[in-house]
Amino acid sequence: MSEPLLRVRDLHAYYGKSHILHGVDLEVAAGEIVAILGRNGAGRSTTLKAIMGDVPPQGSVAFRGAGIAGRKPYEIARLGLGYVPEDRAIFPTLTVAQNLILGRKRGNRAPRFGFEQTYQLFPRLQERADTAAGVLSGGEQQMLTICRTLMGDPDLIMIDEPTEGLAPQMVTRVGELLREIAGRGIAILLVEQKLAIALDVAHRLYVMGHGRMVFEGTPADLRANEAVRREWLEV
Amino acid sequence: MLELIIVSTLNGVLYGMLLFLMASGLTLIFSMMGVLNFAHASFYMLGAFFGYQLSRALGFWPALLIAPVLVGAIGAAVERYGLRTVHRHGHVAELLFTFGLAFVIEEVVQMLWGRLPVDYRVPPTLDFTAFTIFSTNYPAYKLFELLTAIAIFAVLLLVLTRTRAGLIIQAALTHPDMVAMLGHNVPRVFMLAFGVGTGLAAVAGVIAGPALVTQSNMAGLLGPILFVVVVVGGLGSLAGAFAASLLIGLVQTFAVAMNVSLADLLALFGARLAPDAFFAEITQVTVAQIAPIMPYLLLVLILIFRPRGLFGTRET
Repeated sequence: MSEPLLRVRDLHAYYGKSHILHGVDLEVAAGEIVAILGRNGAGRSTTLKAIMGDVPPQGSVAFRGAGIAGRKPYEIARLGLGYVPEDRAIFPTLTVAQNLILGRKRGNRAPRFGFEQTYQLFPRLQERADTAAGVLSGGEQQMLTICRTLMGDPDLIMIDEPTEGLAPQMVTRVGELLREIAGRGIAILLVEQKLAIALDVAHRLYVMGHGRMVFEGTPADLRANEAVRREWLEV
Repeated sequence: MLELIIVSTLNGVLYGMLLFLMASGLTLIFSMMGVLNFAHASFYMLGAFFGYQLSRALGFWPALLIAPVLVGAIGAAVERYGLRTVHRHGHVAELLFTFGLAFVIEEVVQMLWGRLPVDYRVPPTLDFTAFTIFSTNYPAYKLFELLTAIAIFAVLLLVLTRTRAGLIIQAALTHPDMVAMLGHNVPRVFMLAFGVGTGLAAVAGVIAGPALVTQSNMAGLLGPILFVVVVVGGLGSLAGAFAASLLIGLVQTFAVAMNVSLADLLALFGARLAPDAFFAEITQVTVAQIAPIMPYLLLVLILIFRPRGLFGTRET
C-alpha cells in the first residue's frame, strides 16, 4: 500500500495536566471515509483537534508524507486539511454567502466544491444566501459549516459529530452529503456517535477508548464483533 | 439663537467625527484583543507631530498621506513585536504594556519637539472662509476636517462589510480559532488591523493638529475622552462608538456655548438667592464652565444605568 494521505503515530495530547490521548495510531487513505467511534470522553474530538494543531500534539502526524505536528492551524489548513468542529462555529453576524466566502483560500479559484456545487446540493442555502447565518436552523447551520470548509478545497475533511442534535431526516441528508464529498475524491475522517450512520457510510472504522484505538476494521468486522461493541460503544 | 444652534451643531459633529476616527480604531482593537489600548491617543499625537514635521518638508498634502502610513507601521510593529509577546502573560500585562507605551511616546515626543506647542498651521490652500452663516465665518479647514472624517468613515465601513479582509476581521472577532482553521493567518490580520487603527488615529492627529494645539500633552488631554466614548458607546461596538462620538461631540460644544447658570434658571421661576446665601456661588456657575466634565458625567450615568453602553453586547 502506498503512503496514506494522513498517518498518525503515537499521538499524545494534554489539556493542562490531564493526559487525554495515550498514543493514538490512525491512517486515512485518499478518498476514503473513515469513522472514529467511541463514548464521550474517549478522546475522539481531541484527536481531531490535535491533528489540526488546535490542541498541541505530541507524536507524529504526517499529511501527504510531510510532518505537520507543531505547525499552526492556518498552515495546516492551507496544506489541504479541512476541519469542521463540533460546535460548528458559524459566524452568526455574517450572511450565509459571506460565511462561504471565508471558507475559500487565497488563490484557489476552482475548488471541487464552489458556490455552484454547494447551492446545487442545498438549494436552501442559496435561498438564504443573504440571511444572517445565526438565524439558520441547526440542520442548515451544519450544512453551511461543512460546505464552508469544502470551499477551501481540502483533500481531507475532518468532521466532528455532524449529526448531533439533528432531526432524523436531516441525518439522512448528512449521510448523502458525506458520500457526495467522498465521490469527488475528498477523504473524510468522521467522528460519530451514531453507530448506524457510521456503519452505513464509512469504509473503515476505529473505536476509541481511554485515549487510544481499541478496534480497527471494516463495518462488516465491527458488525461481527459484538464484544467490542458491548465493551466500548453501548451505553 | 438659530446661529448658535447651527454653528454649534457643525462644530459638534466635527468634534464627534474626529473622536470617531480614533474611537473606531480603539474599539476595533479592543474587540480583537480584549484589551483597551491606553496608548491609542499617543498614536494620534504622533500623527500630529509627524504631520507637522512632514508638512514643513513636503507640504501638507503629502504629509496627510505619509504620516498616517508611518504611524500605522509603528502601530503594526508595536503589535507584532510588543503586544503579541506580552499577550501570553494575560490582560493585566497587556494593559500595563500599553500604559507604559503611552509614557514612552510622550517622552520621545518631548525629546524631539520639546514641551512647547509647535507651529503647525492650517495650510494656506485651506485658509479661507468657506461660508458665512449670519455673522459667523465658517473656516474652510473645519469643513475639510469634517469631510475627511466622513470619507474615512465611509471607506472603513465599506472595507469592513464588503471586502474579504473585512469579513475575516468580523469573523475573527467572535471565532478566531475557526477563522484560522479555514486557512487564514489571524495574527497577521490582527497586526494589520492594529496598524490601520493606529493609522486612523494618526489621520485624526494630522488634520486636528493645525486646528488645535500640537503639543506633547495632547495625548493626555484626549485619551480620557476617548475612553469615555468607547465605554458610553459600548465596548467593542463600532456603531456605538459612532453614536457616542457624535453625542459627546455635540454635548460638549453645546455646553461650551451655553452661558446659563442655575441662578438664571431659578430666576426664571422668580426665585432669587441672596448673594451671601449658602451655595449662592455654586448657582452662578454656568454650563459653559462645567462643559469639560460633561463627558465624565455622562460616563458615570451610563455606568450606573446602562453598564454595557449604548450599543454594547458584552457584560463588562
